[in-house]
Amino acid sequence: MEFFHEPNIDWMGKKWYFIGLSLILLVVGLVSIAAHRGLIYGIDFRGGTLVYVKFSKPPNLDAIRAELKRVNLGEATIQRYGPAVDNEVIIGLDLGTTASADALDAGKRAIVGVLAGLYGVGPSGKVDFNNASPQTVAEHLVVGDPLRLASKGTDEALTGYRELAEALVNFRNSPPHSGLIADLQELRAVSGATPAVLEALGKDFYLSPYAVRNTEIVGPKVGGDLRKQALYVTLAGLAAMLFYIWFRFELIYGVAAVIAIFHDVLITLGIFSLLNKEISLTVIAALLTLVGYSMNDTIVVFDRIRENLKLTKRENFRDLVNRSINQTLSRTILTSGLTFLAVLSLYLFGGEVIHGFALALVIGIIIGTYSSIAIASPILVFFYQRVGQNRMGEKPRVYERETAGLRR
Amino acid sequence: MEIKIRNRVIIIAAVMLLCVLGMICYPANEQETVGFPRNFQRLKENVRNRIRLGLDLKGGTHLVLQVQVEDAINVTVDLAQERLRDELGAKGIPASIEKKTEEKRTYLLITGIPQDKSGDMQTLATEQFPDWVLARRAGDPLARELSLKATAAAAIRTQALEQSKNTIRNRIDQLGVIEPTIAEYGGQSDYEVVVQLPGVDDPSRVKDIIQSTAMLTLKIVQDGPYSSREAALAAHGGILPPDTELLPGRKETSGEGQGGEAWYLLNRIAAVTGRDLRDAQPRPDENGRPSVNFNLTRDGAVRFGRVTGQNVGKQLAIILDNRVVSAPVIQSQISDSGRITGSFTPQQTADLALVLRSGALPASIKYLEERTVGPSLGADSIRHGVVASIVGLLAVMGFMLVYYRGSGVNANLALILNVIILIAALAYFGAVLTLPGIAGVILTVGMGVDSNVLIFERIREELRMGKTVGAAVAGGFERAFVTIIDTHVTTIVSALILFTFGTGPIRGFAVTLTIGLLANLFTSVFVSRVIFDYVLTKREKGEAISI
Repeated sequence: MEFFHEPNIDWMGKKWYFIGLSLILLVVGLVSIAAHRGLIYGIDFRGGTLVYVKFSKPPNLDAIRAELKRVNLGEATIQRYGPAVDNEVIIGLDLGTTASADALDAGKRAIVGVLAGLYGVGPSGKVDFNNASPQTVAEHLVVGDPLRLASKGTDEALTGYRELAEALVNFRNSPPHSGLIADLQELRAVSGATPAVLEALGKDFYLSPYAVRNTEIVGPKVGGDLRKQALYVTLAGLAAMLFYIWFRFELIYGVAAVIAIFHDVLITLGIFSLLNKEISLTVIAALLTLVGYSMNDTIVVFDRIRENLKLTKRENFRDLVNRSINQTLSRTILTSGLTFLAVLSLYLFGGEVIHGFALALVIGIIIGTYSSIAIASPILVFFYQRVGQNRMGEKPRVYERETAGLRR
Repeated sequence: MEIKIRNRVIIIAAVMLLCVLGMICYPANEQETVGFPRNFQRLKENVRNRIRLGLDLKGGTHLVLQVQVEDAINVTVDLAQERLRDELGAKGIPASIEKKTEEKRTYLLITGIPQDKSGDMQTLATEQFPDWVLARRAGDPLARELSLKATAAAAIRTQALEQSKNTIRNRIDQLGVIEPTIAEYGGQSDYEVVVQLPGVDDPSRVKDIIQSTAMLTLKIVQDGPYSSREAALAAHGGILPPDTELLPGRKETSGEGQGGEAWYLLNRIAAVTGRDLRDAQPRPDENGRPSVNFNLTRDGAVRFGRVTGQNVGKQLAIILDNRVVSAPVIQSQISDSGRITGSFTPQQTADLALVLRSGALPASIKYLEERTVGPSLGADSIRHGVVASIVGLLAVMGFMLVYYRGSGVNANLALILNVIILIAALAYFGAVLTLPGIAGVILTVGMGVDSNVLIFERIREELRMGKTVGAAVAGGFERAFVTIIDTHVTTIVSALILFTFGTGPIRGFAVTLTIGLLANLFTSVFVSRVIFDYVLTKREKGEAISI
């Protein structure tokens, strides 16, 4: 089976269509960033407090908002997170509120206090099982001793109850409960949880209807540092690629490749802005990976151009480039397509946390492949015709480094 | 021909066996021996324990804190001020000393030096304060500035950072956190430390313990308690007697002293400090209330005995972080132990004893970043990651079968081997697997199969040009090899840049991707070639291969 059987598309001829498309994408993206929605920084760069809370029943967001306003956290934002069935919410405080307090986590404590106030502290004397650590559970079990382990010795009792507590908490944390159980009876599925154990738990524990799954607090200094770092990292990546291509081919090849990748990164950022997606540290990591990966397609085409240059001495450079692209088209589309398949799986099935990263890669691979085929080469030809030709009108020689003496 | 293939197959089999056995044969803890797992349960446990999970998969707390090293500089300048006052007195130079802090510089301003004593001043500075520089002050010929040399100041800052790191490590160890990470973070002059605590999903207690400076001092009480600072000053005519200071008591949150502060007039020089502590343990006092017992070192005991012997009947203030915790009356000379009582809960006495045992922090700590991942989120992330990996792998493998038919099987085998080697390498090197790391596995699958595509496309091209099957396969591998190296190098360079600049989860991604691509070089070139060679020997002369 084969997709492209000896394609013969005039890439150079149609180049203005492609450049036009790229310009449209770039402009739309840049306008969105500059004027419309801006780049939406994630908490890593913005700083602030985020508390991820899961509820057993759909929460009353208005009640939460009202209570937050009552404790002077009116600027807090509340958003739904993930699929609706999960009943998960993110409560966020911006950097101003976070940084103004003495302690970094003052905002988080305030939010947790609000939740505790709204959703009940439970009967006095009882501990919340849904937010308890294995240690707490073990301690209460040791005191209650429902399995009569004390008679076998304190060490036995301690280890026995510790293991049981860990099993119970693991059960609570694993899917489908994911941190929240609604009824202590659900714990019956855990081996070792006899009715006596459940009764002892019932005496000491209650079940709150919420659980804090994740918190992130980023102070102003760290946020600023990370912003700078992200910029340096991206520039370092582009520079590294420039030098590598320069080393393997020639300077103009390097410049053409870097311009193409720069175009990819800008368009990806633009689409993120359009879609209102956050730019977090992992998104920057994805962009950097893209910088490296996008080189692959470009190198494949450039390799073929160089090979053809050696084989034919009399062909027009423009036509040679066209032919090279057509020859490598099958290979380029296939490799990118396969990577795209893998990344698509990550995007669809990887969960919320890795969502931004996966989206950056999905967009980036499409744009990157497109730019390697249709953008990098016209730029190369342009430079070649303007800069590359010396005054005698001859093609400059392509300096190569032979690797391990392999014939190319 | 046969022997060459057989040798290569043996190499491949050996590598695979090493990987698989390395994964499933290591025990979970030290008590059990290395050996083949006896049942499926043990197998799962061994595998799960071999792979180190990052905080975002296991659950835990990540803290970034900054050591305020300027505190240590301040303390040094204070001590120098004391010494300078004594020296000036001894040399008969009637100057006055003031500590000043301007911008980032803390120095001692000495004013009123008589002209004829300026030479003595200089000698004094050079001999007694070798780490300091005595400079003239612009606009005042009778004044001098004494400041720390830049190298000395830098050394103090670095030492404060090191000592803080050690103290923090001590405290965390005593808390029993499993496999914590305490490391320097950020740039040279940032003095930041990153602390990772796996399994700790409520960090407030740990943060308090890490942050508590725990400066313990014992001083004789001259006078007190007064109800406020002003009242204490007023009782002494507005001026404090020499060598005394005013310190507040703990804010009482319950009992009669609710909301108020009791101020005490104390001797400034301490009888005993935290450095003289040998041990501290939480013990109930004679009334059964929670308190902390402490033991002193020999030198400390000698000094303590002397002071208490000279001050029987007076109160001895026990001061924590510049707040008076309690001030019992000295009944008789005490030498080697003491007790700190107050309105503590049992947990607070345990924490206090822990912090006293670990030593005082030389500088205070400010928290810059705090992230806590609950274990339930970690479990979810693992599940999502594994599902995405399997779906991605199956999708890619399916496509290869359809597009390349028989050779697709070749590629799929190489791909599976690639993933096995990758996971085994992670376990062997003790690399941490994070959620982006799992994404790195998926990306390795996607990029790794590209190598095979490059080779197969080249083989197809060679076949189209009319070469024989054997020559086509050889040509395909040869021609594609350099391109494979190129593409892997560019991605690995990106990964290395990410590793240098990135933090925990992103480093996990960089490591996984790099190891995966390196393993891919082995599987897509060596292993695939061996499989091709084997298939070629099996077919009839002239028969086409399925590609």
